[in-house]
Amino acid sequence: MREVELAIIGGGSAGLAAAVAAYDNGIRDIVILERGAFLGGILNQCIHNGFGLTEFKEELTGPEFAARFIKQVEDRNIEYYLNSVVSNLTEDKVLTYQNSTEGVVQLKAKAIVMAAGCLERSAGAIALPGDRPAGVMSAGQAQLFLNQFGYLVGKRVFILGSGDIGLIMARRMTLEGAKVLGVAELCAWSNGLNRNMVQCLDDYGIPLYLSHTVTKVVGKSRLEKVIISEVDECKRPIPGTEKEFDCDTLILSIGLIPNNGLLNNLGIAQGRSRGSEVDENFETSIPGIFSAGNVLHVHDLVDNVVEEARVAGINAAKYIKGEKLDSEKDIKVTAGNMIGYVVPAKISSIGEDKATFKFRVREPSKNVYIVYTLNGKEIKKVFKPVIIPSEMEIQSLPKSLFNGESGELVVSLIKKEEK
Amino acid sequence: MKDVIIIGAGAVGAFIARSLSRYTVDALIIEKEFDVGDVTSMANSAIAHSGYDPVPGTKKAIFNVKGNRMMKQVSEELDVSFIECGTLTVALYDEQLPMLEELKKRAELNGVPCEILTGEQVIAVEPNISKNVKAALLCPTGGIINPFTLTAHAVENALDNGLHIVFGEEVISIERVDGYFKVTTNKNVYESKVVVNAAGLHSDDIARMIEPIDWSVSPRKGEYYVLNHFKPGFVNHVLFPLPSEKGKGILVSATTSGNYIVGPSSEWVEDKDDFSTDALTLAEVKRQATDMVPNIPFGEQIRVYAGCRATPSTHDFIIEPSKKYKEFLNVAGIESPGLVSSPAIGEYVVEELIKAVLPLEPNPNYNPFIKKYIKPQTMSIEERNALIKENPDYGQIICGCEKVSLGEIKDALSRSLPVNSVKALKQRTRAGFGLCQGGFCQVKVVNILAKSKGVSPLEIKYGREGSEIVIEEVKKEAM
Repeated sequence: MREVELAIIGGGSAGLAAAVAAYDNGIRDIVILERGAFLGGILNQCIHNGFGLTEFKEELTGPEFAARFIKQVEDRNIEYYLNSVVSNLTEDKVLTYQNSTEGVVQLKAKAIVMAAGCLERSAGAIALPGDRPAGVMSAGQAQLFLNQFGYLVGKRVFILGSGDIGLIMARRMTLEGAKVLGVAELCAWSNGLNRNMVQCLDDYGIPLYLSHTVTKVVGKSRLEKVIISEVDECKRPIPGTEKEFDCDTLILSIGLIPNNGLLNNLGIAQGRSRGSEVDENFETSIPGIFSAGNVLHVHDLVDNVVEEARVAGINAAKYIKGEKLDSEKDIKVTAGNMIGYVVPAKISSIGEDKATFKFRVREPSKNVYIVYTLNGKEIKKVFKPVIIPSEMEIQSLPKSLFNGESGELVVSLIKKEEK
Repeated sequence: MKDVIIIGAGAVGAFIARSLSRYTVDALIIEKEFDVGDVTSMANSAIAHSGYDPVPGTKKAIFNVKGNRMMKQVSEELDVSFIECGTLTVALYDEQLPMLEELKKRAELNGVPCEILTGEQVIAVEPNISKNVKAALLCPTGGIINPFTLTAHAVENALDNGLHIVFGEEVISIERVDGYFKVTTNKNVYESKVVVNAAGLHSDDIARMIEPIDWSVSPRKGEYYVLNHFKPGFVNHVLFPLPSEKGKGILVSATTSGNYIVGPSSEWVEDKDDFSTDALTLAEVKRQATDMVPNIPFGEQIRVYAGCRATPSTHDFIIEPSKKYKEFLNVAGIESPGLVSSPAIGEYVVEELIKAVLPLEPNPNYNPFIKKYIKPQTMSIEERNALIKENPDYGQIICGCEKVSLGEIKDALSRSLPVNSVKALKQRTRAGFGLCQGGFCQVKVVNILAKSKGVSPLEIKYGREGSEIVIEEVKKEAM
């Protein structure tokens, strides 16, 4: 069995960034396994701009952003395999992948970075009511058909969910001559980035129906119409509020799920983000198996993905070189009031200067504090005039605040007036 | 002039065709959809019932038990997944215990092996079942079967043995002319000595084309959840509640692919073409199922579906010649346990009903086996590597969720039974059946299908007529 130092599952933004970082920290024996025909992953179908504002201080398209990282990988002669699907991973870090030229290959790695990205929630996952005709598909799937294969999936389009890909596709399909009739969002707020609300809906006069959902899909062969209804505070449809839209396409932008089956199968605990629980080094409960990017928690900006994956790559390099990865992870981090999830799940009370927390709030709020409590004692609060679920929050605390104390750290949202 | 026309390529039509292909006949299957088994045969509980439930002496009881006994051999010959996992019919309350005894008597009268397990015994084999379980009837010969390949491979076998099939043709009239039948479809006119009406939900409509009938078939819809194959052994048997007038109740079962299904509901609908699901019905399915299995992880849900049972007004299968013509055979009202009964029904229809009106000579080239499908996932790494070396297509994964290779897709496309849609390919190979529901692979599948048929992706349908997936080419120079 071939042995390598570092195997990276996924050759998208996270996998590439992790590989480059590990290389630059002294690791030479690296293999990237990418299931697609190109490196770059989903960036290849994201032909709109807006990528790289933090990373490269300029506005790039998805393929341009990917190309910069692919060049870094190629400049370093990092080995990669395309069309290579990883089908199994064991606790002792033996992974099985296959492609048409090498066949089925088993690889034993000293360290693994899981960087397999995420996938879209399907109509079935939400039990979309009504018929199941052609013409109902997820936003990324429509994007793949259009941007990489050159086919438009419909002409009269309704969109369920205000996730970013749905908004991007509203604009993209409009530019290709489709009529986008509207976007229904179950929540009372938008779930897309503000810039996408403006640039993809407002600029094209596409209406957004907040607190609405699709209550019936109609069409025996191809979609004929959708019926949407307003929902109450418990997200139940309100009878009598139905609106009908004649359309041939329903695009679903109803959430992304970490594509984390390989690590789930190993029994690694799942966090509330539906990715594996990791510590501040992005290491899972199995030493030497790291996870970063959208397979860990779904990001809204690729710049944050590569930043995170870089940290995972550096720590994988340290692990391989036998360097100690901080001390015991003695603080458990949990999501408190109005916080959807927090990454990481564990940190060390000592070691690095600061601890970084990434989280999302459950609903949009104004004039609030993000409050950190360690064993019930408030150690820090951060004022936020506005905070919204569609934008991941990244905050760092100096570890000196912990005073070397171990225990449980809770991140919560507290309204200012309640204080 | 055909010897036999079979109207409908559901499980019943498929097994009639297969049994008929033992003989040298000029026979044609007429199917209105674009794939076989495309209506009730694909959207059901996929159970090979043991036969504990039908009223003794009924056709349902006879064909169910016989079909169940045939299933092992049939599944081997037709390369269909069949797992004899056994069924448990569960009593959750003390007052249900007499009903369980009643059911056991019925099972014994039907000749079905069974035994009653105590609550503790049930919990020992089904750790996720409700701790309220009082007892259960274990029928070890019940099992689960792949409903898609059962029908498709039976038709493939019939075609291999010389039968023919047409798709997208709906029978619109049947006339008796000079001792034969003139069968008119939306596209063609055929003549045949014998007609078998295996038109499922529409079998009463077809029967009325030649004479008034005193029975009818009504659609009774059942809605289901499908969960991902999150882990093996969440349930180990098919778990049924006690049956009621509305049917066998809401079951929790694994499927042959390791997924789990929960359902069905039972509601009469007007429209024989109504396969919609609705939130309230599914919520009730969930409520009832969780009485029996409390911790079903609905977060693993990947799909919902609905099928319509072809429920006969007579409460039993209708398998008999029409009143006027012994050459016109009605095989109608084949609701549950129809899937498991279909091999036995097929044999009976050919041996007893067709043979009575048409002399049949054995087909010297008849082969009961279809060519085995190569399934790399069941092979060792060494075997897979030998296979991929010989044919690299088996190394290229198209569907990442279900690990379906290009080689398997090309195999399905090379068979005697055509693959006319994305859905047909999905049901033959499982490409698109996984967690992402085709989000990643459907693009590739559309292109592979288009290439294999020599047409533009614009012509590729998801399932039925008019179900095209893409509607306009925007970049002529794109890959």
